[in-house]
Amino acid sequence: MSQITTASGVSARPTSFLGLTTRRRAQMRGKWPVLVLFLPPALLLFTVFVILPMGEAAWYSFFNWNGYGLPEQWIGWKNYELVFKQSAFRNALVNNGLIILISICIQVPLAMWLATMVTKSIKGATFFRLIFFLPYVLADVAAGLIWRFVYDGEFGLVANIARTFGQTPPFWLADKQVAFYAVLAVIVWKYFGFHMMLFIAGLQSLDKSVLEAADIDGATGWQKFYRVTLPLLGSTVRLSIFFAVVGSLQLFDMIMPLTGGGPSNSTQTLVTFLFSFGVMRMQVGFGSAVGVILFIICVTLAFSYKRVFMKND
Amino acid sequence: MKLHFGRATRRSFMVALGAIALTAGVTAAYAESTIKWMHLEANPDRLKTWQDIAAAYEASHPDVKIEFQFLENEAFKAKLPTLLQSNDAPSIFYTWGGGVLKAQTETGKIRDITAAMDADGGAWRNTISPAAVDGLSVDGKVYAAPTQSGLVSFFYNKALFEKAGVDATTIKTWADFLAAVTKIKAAGITPIAGGGGDKWPLHFYWSYLAMREAGKAGFDAAKGGEGFQGEAFVKASQDLADLGKLEPFQDGYLGANWNDTQAVFGDGRAAILLAFENTATPQNQANVATDGKGQPPENLGRFAFPLVDGGAGVITDDFGGLNGWVVTTNAPPETEDFLKFLTSEANEATMAEKNNILPTTLGADSGVKDPSMADSAGQMAKATWHQNYLDQDLGPNVGRVVNDMSVGIVSGEVTPEDALQQIQDAFSLEQ
Repeated sequence: MSQITTASGVSARPTSFLGLTTRRRAQMRGKWPVLVLFLPPALLLFTVFVILPMGEAAWYSFFNWNGYGLPEQWIGWKNYELVFKQSAFRNALVNNGLIILISICIQVPLAMWLATMVTKSIKGATFFRLIFFLPYVLADVAAGLIWRFVYDGEFGLVANIARTFGQTPPFWLADKQVAFYAVLAVIVWKYFGFHMMLFIAGLQSLDKSVLEAADIDGATGWQKFYRVTLPLLGSTVRLSIFFAVVGSLQLFDMIMPLTGGGPSNSTQTLVTFLFSFGVMRMQVGFGSAVGVILFIICVTLAFSYKRVFMKND
Repeated sequence: MKLHFGRATRRSFMVALGAIALTAGVTAAYAESTIKWMHLEANPDRLKTWQDIAAAYEASHPDVKIEFQFLENEAFKAKLPTLLQSNDAPSIFYTWGGGVLKAQTETGKIRDITAAMDADGGAWRNTISPAAVDGLSVDGKVYAAPTQSGLVSFFYNKALFEKAGVDATTIKTWADFLAAVTKIKAAGITPIAGGGGDKWPLHFYWSYLAMREAGKAGFDAAKGGEGFQGEAFVKASQDLADLGKLEPFQDGYLGANWNDTQAVFGDGRAAILLAFENTATPQNQANVATDGKGQPPENLGRFAFPLVDGGAGVITDDFGGLNGWVVTTNAPPETEDFLKFLTSEANEATMAEKNNILPTTLGADSGVKDPSMADSAGQMAKATWHQNYLDQDLGPNVGRVVNDMSVGIVSGEVTPEDALQQIQDAFSLEQ
């Protein structure tokens, strides 16, 4: 029965195809109006707003074009060569990698740890849950502006703390060795609350009886976490990392007010690179090439991650 | 039955169409032309000056309506190419001239206003400074109505100069300037406020040095296709690197945007700022300083960018902006007339007085009341060459590479040779 009701049943079970024909036909007859009525709008929207622009970007990426008039000057793969020659692009790639790394090594563990804390029935847990989630609620641009003030070496919080301890105030956002680490700190601060919420949801759906059984077996707190909670949270961890990866590739609106990609392009991400080198320089062809590369990276990462790590989720 | 139904619909459709046509005809008789004015003015006081002028025009032309549309500076630059090619294009928009304006002329989406300028024996053209009209022309055709020009020069804090024992009037050459910077730094004062975060504030240095080294002829040859790797440009980049080696800027200047930079100077935390003509006006000082007051006008002095030893440039070669209003092809026919009104002597004088601009309309500088603005206007009146901002003049791509490289050279990140190579790479792509 279940195969009949799933849409993929037909192709998945060719042997039963004949046997099911009449029933399936009857069923399809019922579904046709739905298909005809509901598919075209979605298909049209998806084509017009997703497929077409992607195709156009791929087409533009072979032109030297400033966005005015029609693209006429075909330059083959030159834009792609130029992209890979840019040191700013390599910076952006490395930075995106760093964001992913920090997300996995610091953000996700931190979020999980805090989630296990605030799901315990202790006083004030709900309050802290709210506090930790607040940065995520804040708009990215606002967060970027706030942290620009915090890091300001003249009037900022960091400067004042440094002065209290008799140090010369640092200008982290103006120092290309340090700037991106300062940005990473803001990223962790901004998004750990979101991951924490994922883990809270995951923890709440855990079967309590398993933990009770572990208690009865005399497992320690760490053993309970490592042997029971963590494996059961596996799908949430994988989802959380997936969001971190996708989020890293999309990161833009917080960087712009914070550093604008500088100093010396040391805090560019792929999207800020696309914006400042493609859009702001009116190099639509070049920008499209960056867009295509970004698209390929996204698709490859997303699909392979889903295939390899999330196939059972 | 069905047919009858269809006919009935058709009939009512025709009636409806007729009604629409009728109403359209009626409204056409009272039609208003709407001039959509796209601007970047975020300051309500300055915008008010324009709104008053627009209201005055509307009062004398009841069939014209003027609508203001605001876009933030960077958003405007990013959105304009798309906007211009859509049906929502504004009637007039702001321009900095240069390579961007040239690219826009090639789209056929903006209007050549030469005929309007020359109508009635040049009634409009003759009221405006010829250099300004020239600056906004492409291949001899006028594409924007000039409204203001600008001058970049050095401003300095007199009290800090005195404290360091530096006399600004003795700074004639780049070597003098570097010596002054060293002396100011030795006195424990930050010599220069620099905006490395926004980058373009530092491109002023490279541009002026290149102008001083190459002179007008050399610069025009470079722009004309020779490129930017000649000896003069190598020297200019080296001059800039020399400045960078003195570490003359405030701490954290690489992250400082223009507001931060102006605040550093306005608060008296640095002695020198290379900036726009309106820097020393009380209005600007109050705007930028942390205490809301800034430096009093009597504490601020101004000098032209010094010459370089052996350079081809002269002290009357000026660098600064030139702005105007571009008319798009789907603007109503009254638009040129409105721009003529906007750039009339009286209105330009009003804008000069209230908005602190240097007007391009002849005789309107009577409205320039601020002494430091008048001083800049005086220098510009003697100009032998007025070079537009390079990040506009060379087009958005090469211009931004110049900005990047200026910061790169000053911070010691990029060698002068590499910087010129990168500028050349971008430049040759556009040839």
